[in-house]
Amino acid sequence: MSTVDPMQLPAPDPSDPAGLDDLLTGDEKAVRAAVRQMLDRTAEPYVAEWFEQGEIPNVRELAKELGALGVLGMHLEGYGCAGMSATEYGLACLEIEATDSGLRSLVSVQGSLAMFAIWRWGSEEQKQEWLPQMAAGEKIGCFGLTEPDVGSDPAALKTRARRDGSDWILDGRKMWISNAPFADVAIVWARTDDGIRGFVVPVGTPGFAVNEIKHKLSLRASATGELVLDNVRLPDSAMLPEARGLKGPLSCLNEARFGIVWGALGAARTCLEAARTYARERVQFDRPIGAFQLTQHKLATMSLEYIKGYLLAVHLGRRKDAGKLRPEQVSIGKLNNVRAALDICRTARSILGANGISLEYPVIRHMNNLESVLTYEGTEEMHTLVLGKVLTGHEAFR
Amino acid sequence: MTNIVVLVKQVPDTYSERKLSDSDFTLDRESADAVLDEINERAVEEALKITEAGEGEVTVLAVGPDRATDAIRKALSMGAHKAVHVSDPALHGSDVIATAKVIAAAIRRLDSVDLIIAGNASSDGGSGGVPAILAELLGMPQLTHARSVTVEGGTIKVDRETADEGVTHLEAQLPAVVSVTEKINEPRYPSFKGIMAAKKKPVETLTVADLGVDASEVGLDNAWSKVLEAAPKPPREAGQKIEDSGDGGVKIAEFLAAQKLI
Repeated sequence: MSTVDPMQLPAPDPSDPAGLDDLLTGDEKAVRAAVRQMLDRTAEPYVAEWFEQGEIPNVRELAKELGALGVLGMHLEGYGCAGMSATEYGLACLEIEATDSGLRSLVSVQGSLAMFAIWRWGSEEQKQEWLPQMAAGEKIGCFGLTEPDVGSDPAALKTRARRDGSDWILDGRKMWISNAPFADVAIVWARTDDGIRGFVVPVGTPGFAVNEIKHKLSLRASATGELVLDNVRLPDSAMLPEARGLKGPLSCLNEARFGIVWGALGAARTCLEAARTYARERVQFDRPIGAFQLTQHKLATMSLEYIKGYLLAVHLGRRKDAGKLRPEQVSIGKLNNVRAALDICRTARSILGANGISLEYPVIRHMNNLESVLTYEGTEEMHTLVLGKVLTGHEAFR
Repeated sequence: MTNIVVLVKQVPDTYSERKLSDSDFTLDRESADAVLDEINERAVEEALKITEAGEGEVTVLAVGPDRATDAIRKALSMGAHKAVHVSDPALHGSDVIATAKVIAAAIRRLDSVDLIIAGNASSDGGSGGVPAILAELLGMPQLTHARSVTVEGGTIKVDRETADEGVTHLEAQLPAVVSVTEKINEPRYPSFKGIMAAKKKPVETLTVADLGVDASEVGLDNAWSKVLEAAPKPPREAGQKIEDSGDGGVKIAEFLAAQKLI
């Protein structure tokens, strides 16, 4: 036993009371700081306005800034990608989502869904053609799996690809596709006589159209669309040669979910800090509301949930970097951290009172964003049943 | 070909609580997050712009404890080519004169230095004396408080801006010492590729003895000035309320002018 007097140690940092920062390496902190510095200049001052307007007006410029930093496809190797660790990718997602979930969605869809699909399952030609430009943010990708009638059960997807000579003809519709309204390329999953296959569809291919989905009250700083494929003719070289069956798209979703495990904590951190600051400044009954037990209970509970979620994220990140992360373990992280983050944001909303519903503060924006995050990339219910199956051996969703 | 040395310093983050140690009233470096001083990021940015426009190499030079390597890495990840780090327990508590002597000795060891760029004052000590003392020790012209810098061949031109004197235009022959203000530029942020590349860049670590500086010239005991007493800053006073009876704008302008903000 050492004889250090614990009271002589520096007092805990109120924004990191458990000292979680010590879990990170110097490189990881440098990556985090670079992302934060970039966002503070390019996004943070404008993001509430983007949310209110329902669009990022200069999204292509922003994508290039993200590309220059190295965020897009940052955990992939080669083809202009930065080749960073999974934990570093997670930390980047956390910083980005601390600004806005919509922005993190842009990065997730680009790097973990569209780029990963090509990087993992594509031909050498497809990789050479798309990945360097996508890493640089010059081309933007989207990912079409979900359909109007097909969500949690992707095996039931209806979009079809049939042979015509050596070409493929695609017909169908894809729904709730992030990035679609400004994408240059779509990864589209379709049913063939040979099972589910993926296709690289350049925007502008005849018969391919995008309709923007309006009237969202969540992820408003992110563009969402419907893909319409009407007799879209593609050469055989457009098919992802290595992906057969649902394993293809599910492997991509697994990558994106890993980013969400971290990202959701970013939204939570922003709301927790907003609530902590507000509770120290807002005076009622001649005292800051942070001096009242009910408020302290709320803040302490939020802080505990954040700390536990962060420990889980770091643990899963280390497992992924060691090549030991199972998809069920990603489900555990996504289930816990999005749920915890949403609770933190809702509690923060109550601490801010009426100001909690105003876009002048970040809280309601993050809270509403997380309603989407709770559902996309595997619903709360599906991840619950994935864990349920691990625990009991019984599959309860089929 | 312009070879540039940028002076960088690790300082406590301005967002964290900063204090002096109870024992000797030097900066308590353990109590706060340490970062590369923002004014140094601007100095690095300016050096990179000059070398990118022509040719040359940027060397960052830091005097500070071992943990200052983090600040050096940040400068290298922005794009500086190599670094010299003078780290020696004997330097603890050194004043500006001793610090400048050590920096001068480290610079004399380098080949063909054309330009030295520093921030005009650090955000911790804030004496603002090092650039001028260094120029004197090296026998170089000093162009301080630069808000813009142009290098053409062997000539450097600087717009010097201070609160009291306005803007003056300076010109000198290289080699020279320049200090920059926060108006000089907007520093770049490091890219991931820059962060990875920085790990492979050479950092030379030197002691006072390596530089041939006598230990009796540095450190707290040999400083020309000493802090005898320190007290925390008094809490901020309540703001001033201005009633607007048609002349509110004028009153605000007068207030800002009195604070030398406009």
